[in-house]
Amino acid sequence: MRMLTFAGRNVKEILRDPLNLAFGLGFPLVLLALMSAIQANVPVPLFEITQLAPGVAVFGLSFLTLFTATLIASDRGSSLLQRLYTTPLTPTDFISGYTLPVMPLALAQSAICYLAGTFFGLEITVNMLSAVVCALPVAMLYIALGLLCGSVLNSKQVGGICGALLTNLSAWLSGVWFDLELVGGAFKKIAYALPFVHAVELERAALSGELSACLPHLWWVLGYAAVLFAAAVLLFLRQMKNQ
Amino acid sequence: MDAVRIQGLTKRYKDVTAVDHLTLDIRQGELMSLLGVNGAGKTTTVKMLSCLTQPTEGDAVLLGKSIVKEPHEVKKQIAVSPQETAVARGLTVRENLELMGGVHGFDKEKQQAKMTELTALLGLREVLHKKAGKLSGGWQRRLSIAMALISEPRILFLDEPTLGLDVLARSDLWDIVRALKGRVTILLTTHYMEEAEALSDRVAIMKDGRLILCDTPQAIKERAETDSFEQAFIRIVKGVAQ
Repeated sequence: MRMLTFAGRNVKEILRDPLNLAFGLGFPLVLLALMSAIQANVPVPLFEITQLAPGVAVFGLSFLTLFTATLIASDRGSSLLQRLYTTPLTPTDFISGYTLPVMPLALAQSAICYLAGTFFGLEITVNMLSAVVCALPVAMLYIALGLLCGSVLNSKQVGGICGALLTNLSAWLSGVWFDLELVGGAFKKIAYALPFVHAVELERAALSGELSACLPHLWWVLGYAAVLFAAAVLLFLRQMKNQ
Repeated sequence: MDAVRIQGLTKRYKDVTAVDHLTLDIRQGELMSLLGVNGAGKTTTVKMLSCLTQPTEGDAVLLGKSIVKEPHEVKKQIAVSPQETAVARGLTVRENLELMGGVHGFDKEKQQAKMTELTALLGLREVLHKKAGKLSGGWQRRLSIAMALISEPRILFLDEPTLGLDVLARSDLWDIVRALKGRVTILLTTHYMEEAEALSDRVAIMKDGRLILCDTPQAIKERAETDSFEQAFIRIVKGVAQ
């Protein structure tokens, strides 16, 4: 009950910020439309809708890091968290309260992205549902990054690091916007050692119905999500203790 | 009966001792002001008493519960209005109050009853549906105090509640604090001497983390041989008067 009240407040704060809607939904949808228009004129295998839609869905989810980190950092900056620390809310309530409300947002975000894809030729199949469900571990990964950044950075730093650096880094290393095979070398090795390209491959495999192909990518994403989440919880608890 | 019993409370940060063996009792329903220049240890004391920071040494017992051994029980009895305005800016005034009621486990009926009572006490009815982030500093302070009071705390910590407010807003908040006196035990920290003098039953003066004096405003003035409370404070902190 206590945690749900706190989680409800967090949903309201996220949804009421027009920038969140613009970045989380508007920006990816514009990119989807733009790339599909380019694809219609100059066909490239990478931008076929079955490849592009999962990529854009993951790109949209990368903004969850910004939403979560901004919320936590601004709560810390305004002393609201300090006030809430003096209430009977437990550390688990805080972490769940920041994490859980973002999950349905992530599901909705992915579903909207795939539905928008149907306007550009994506077929409606049951695999679309699998892809939306597979967005959950990906969302977990980005939320954990947000929890981690929000626990150590202030609002201004979050804007720069999560809003600009992380979303760009995640996009470059995800294989959505250019083929990693074409770059090759160390760049490709680094990209495959990080979870972002695996998140995109997971979504692509789920959308194409190749569930066995999902597994290796799912482990990469879940592994990174678990490690990042553990680190985020430790850092959150540390800043809570350091009040 | 004492609402707060502080025994040898100490907080050290590496080489710095922010609060040094503070021993102090606050009676139930009393309004105690904690005064001191910057760095005297006021805010650290409030942070320890409100279970935000663990003491390095010593303990404080709030309504029979230890801040060291039973912080979760202590948190059920207290509320804090922090120095900075701690409101959820994207939520309306009503939603902010519902948030605080909810995190204290109140059901909807109780939340509604408390909201009606507090909006009347703090005059918040006209801004109830406005977003907190759009309110002026004075209104945000009122909301901040209402958020602290909605949990029906038996002990309330007000950390610089009128900082940065204009004269009228400050006067309004003084009236609100006066209305709470006797019902709630209040520990107030402030830099405004006239505020401490006007509101407090007793005043505790801290310097370099230590308590140097605790008495009524009148007794403090008599001890410093002056009619001005501000002068009395200056003399005592400078060591001219004991």
